[in-house]
Amino acid sequence: MTKQHANWSPYDNNGGTVVAIAGADYCVIASDTRMSTGYSILTRDYSKIIQLADKSVMASSGFQADVRALQKVLEARHLIYQHQHNKQMSCPAMAQLLSNTLYFKRFFPYYAFNVLGGLDSEGKGCVFTYDAVGSYERVGYSSQGSGSTLITPYLDNQLKSPSPLLLPAKDAVTPLSESEAIDLVKTCFVSATERDIYTGDKLEIVILNASGIRRDYMELRKD
Amino acid sequence: MFRNQYDTDVTTWSPAGRLFQVEYAMEAVKQGSAAIGLRSKTHVVLACVNKSTSELSSHQKKIFKVDDHIGVSIAGLTADGRVLSRYMRNECINYSYTYESPLPVGRLVVQLADKAQVCTQRSWKRPYGVGLLVGGLDESGAHLYYNCPSGNYFEYQAFAIGSRSQAAKTYLERKFETFTDSSRDNLVKDALFALRETLQGERLTSSVCTIAVVGVGEAFHILDQETVQGLINEFEIVGEEPAPADETAAPDQGSSAAAQGPSEDVAPMDI
Repeated sequence: MTKQHANWSPYDNNGGTVVAIAGADYCVIASDTRMSTGYSILTRDYSKIIQLADKSVMASSGFQADVRALQKVLEARHLIYQHQHNKQMSCPAMAQLLSNTLYFKRFFPYYAFNVLGGLDSEGKGCVFTYDAVGSYERVGYSSQGSGSTLITPYLDNQLKSPSPLLLPAKDAVTPLSESEAIDLVKTCFVSATERDIYTGDKLEIVILNASGIRRDYMELRKD
Repeated sequence: MFRNQYDTDVTTWSPAGRLFQVEYAMEAVKQGSAAIGLRSKTHVVLACVNKSTSELSSHQKKIFKVDDHIGVSIAGLTADGRVLSRYMRNECINYSYTYESPLPVGRLVVQLADKAQVCTQRSWKRPYGVGLLVGGLDESGAHLYYNCPSGNYFEYQAFAIGSRSQAAKTYLERKFETFTDSSRDNLVKDALFALRETLQGERLTSSVCTIAVVGVGEAFHILDQETVQGLINEFEIVGEEPAPADETAAPDQGSSAAAQGPSEDVAPMDI
C-alpha cells in the first residue's frame, strides 16, 4: 500500500527573479515584475521589493502570498523596535530579524526566497541572502528566484573580487560604481529574460545610498 | 474629600452611590504636572510641563508617540501612563497589520476606556492613576480626547489636566472658538501660552516643557528643544501677550528675556 499523497498544496510558486549588489557606498536591489502561476501570467506589474526601514530593502521571489505575509510581520516588528529604541533598525539588525522570523516557521515555512539589501551602520553597501528557513549570510552580491541559476554564474564572472569562489572573497563589496552596477543588473535581467519563462515584463531597480532611495524602471521582453 | 468606611475597595459602593477609589485615582491625575491639548480642523498640539525631581535627574517622559497619526500626553502616575501607551501602540500595530490602514482615534479611546473600566470592577485590581490626552488624525479629521481613570472619555476642542490646569483651562476657554480654523503655528503658540499660565509666573523655557504636533501631512512628532525655544523667544521678544490683563507685565518680560540670554536653558526656580 503506497503512501497517500495530498491532492492540494498550501504553496504555489509565482516565479520571478531578484538580484542585489552591494557597493562601497550604495546598494542596488532589483527584481522583475512578472507574477505567474504554472504556465500562466497573473500580472505583468507586481512589485516584489519593499522598503522595510530607512536603510533596508527586501526583495523576495517565491510564493507571493507568503512574501506579503512575511513583509507585514517585519513591518509590524520594525514599528515595535522604533517605539522601544527610538530609532530605525540598522540593516544588519533587520537581517537577523528576518532570519529569526523565517526560522520561527521552520515546520511550515514561508515559501519566500529573500535578498535583503541596504547600507550598514558605516554607510557601506550590504547584501544578505537567505534560504526559505532563515539560513543567511552577508555577501557582496546575490540572486534568488527562477532566474538565479542563469544570473549567479554571470555575476561570479563579472564581479570577480567579491565572489566567494575565490574563497575567501577578496573584497567585501564590489569596486564598481553605482551606474556600472545598475548597468550590470540590467544586463543580468535582459539575459535571464531570454531563457527563463518566468522572468520578464518589467525590471524594477531600487538604489539606496547616502542621499536616500530612488527607483528606476526598464521594460523587458513580454514573451 | 476625607477618609471614610467605603473607600477601602474599588468594589465597594458608598451609600451616596460613589466609588471612592475611582475618585481618588482621579485625584492622582490632578496631582501630576500639567498636560494640555488643543486641536484645529487639521492639527492637534499636545504640550506638557516637564518637572524633574532634582536638577541632577532627567525629565519624566510625558508625551508618547502611539502611531504616525496618534500621540498621547499624560498626567498622574507616569508609570501607568507608560504601560497604557504600550497597550495603545500594540493596538495600533495590530490594527494596521490586519486592515492595512490606521486605527481611527475614536476606536482607540473606546478600547482604552474599556480597559480602564475593568479596573474599576475587579476587587484584585486598582484603577489606573493617569489621565490621558489622546490627540490624533483619522478620516473624520483631527480629534482630541481625554481618558479618565474612571473609564470615561470625552472629546474636546481643547483641554488641560494636572496641577494648575485651571489656569490653562481659563485661557483656553477664552480662545477656543478661534482654534478650529487656526493655523498650525498659531495653534502651537496658543499651546505655549496656555502652558505658561500653569507655570504661575515661573519663566517658560524649552527645558521645562515638551510640545508635540500631529496634523494633515505631518506625522506625530515631538518638537526639539531648539525649535521650542525659538518659538518662545519669538513671542516673548515681540512682547506679545495673550490677554489685556497682562499688558503691564509685557515690557518686563521682554527685557528680562534679553538680559537672561545666556542662561536661557536653566529654569530659574525662585522668581
